Amino acid sequence: MRLNYPTNVKIVKVPCTGRVDILLILRAFESGVDGVYLAGCLEGECHFLRGNLRAKKRVQYVKGLLDEVGLGGARLEMYNMSSAQGQRFAEAAREMTEKIRALGPSPAKRPKAESGR
Amino acid sequence: MIVANRKTLEEILNMLKPFKKVLLLGCNECVTVCAAGGEREVGVLASELRLSRAKEGQEIEIKEQTLERQCDHEYIDQVRPFVGDYEVILSMACGAGIQYVAEKYRSKPVLPAVNTTFLGVTLEQGVWSERCQGCGECVLHLTGGVCPIARCAKSLLNGPCGGSSNGKCEVDKEVDCGWQLIIDRLKELNQLDRYEEIIPVKDWTTSRDGGPRKRIREDLKL
Repeated sequence: MRLNYPTNVKIVKVPCTGRVDILLILRAFESGVDGVYLAGCLEGECHFLRGNLRAKKRVQYVKGLLDEVGLGGARLEMYNMSSAQGQRFAEAAREMTEKIRALGPSPAKRPKAESGR
Repeated sequence: MIVANRKTLEEILNMLKPFKKVLLLGCNECVTVCAAGGEREVGVLASELRLSRAKEGQEIEIKEQTLERQCDHEYIDQVRPFVGDYEVILSMACGAGIQYVAEKYRSKPVLPAVNTTFLGVTLEQGVWSERCQGCGECVLHLTGGVCPIARCAKSLLNGPCGGSSNGKCEVDKEVDCGWQLIIDRLKELNQLDRYEEIIPVKDWTTSRDGGPRKRIREDLKL
């Protein structure tokens, strides 16, 4: 399809969004990212039955933690798409990039983080 | 198990205000099972604290350590080699563990990161419920295995009271009436005649009313 999506989006591959632990998300923010989104399979289509639904709940939980910390839960989102929806993948990347850009850099960003840590 | 609840981040941050070097201690026992203060919760709290401080442009150094137990001195001693490197200990154990750590490291402030709430069971993944108040004089043999002290809001020994409605307690419509549970269970056991027997006034000196309790087994002492 040769679709374009913003270069600021870095992909971390996991076998299933059910693998994404609360700590993985928090560590990403600690390492200096401005936003995180999970791209899981469509609801009801999980190969592991409920991985994406578990991820959805965790995202909601971590949104609460980010609000509590003061970074704002809006910096974290969950998207659902099938592996055949490349268009949707690029759209989500653009949507999230625009949203995070509007929010500005993470207030927890440390100078070290910018050097690619 | 002992069930606890994490304090709010705001409360913890307020307690930690004067400190920059924190030893964060989790416990591998009850608080791990009830997901309040085990290794994972230590990781999450440490991360939250670092992010909060980073947001304010303030430094914080956190050493994350989870002990097998904080209610036995052998395990508490494991942090002795480096406890001096930190200004404060933030414990995620139950109240017993937090106090024992404080007793062992007298020159260090020891702060609680959880509120210890009750002795209970896991109803389902992520749901815990109170079952025992440690009154020191068990009556479960009289009440069909359902505790009137812990499960009746009034701890009535001869219930239910007038607040029992459709099997629920008047304090909360989600809470089962303890005495309804007792009667149902006695019926199932064909022991409803026990319900006719009046349970005499309880001697609360075995509970908290007798002051802090201690148990000694001379044969086990070294």
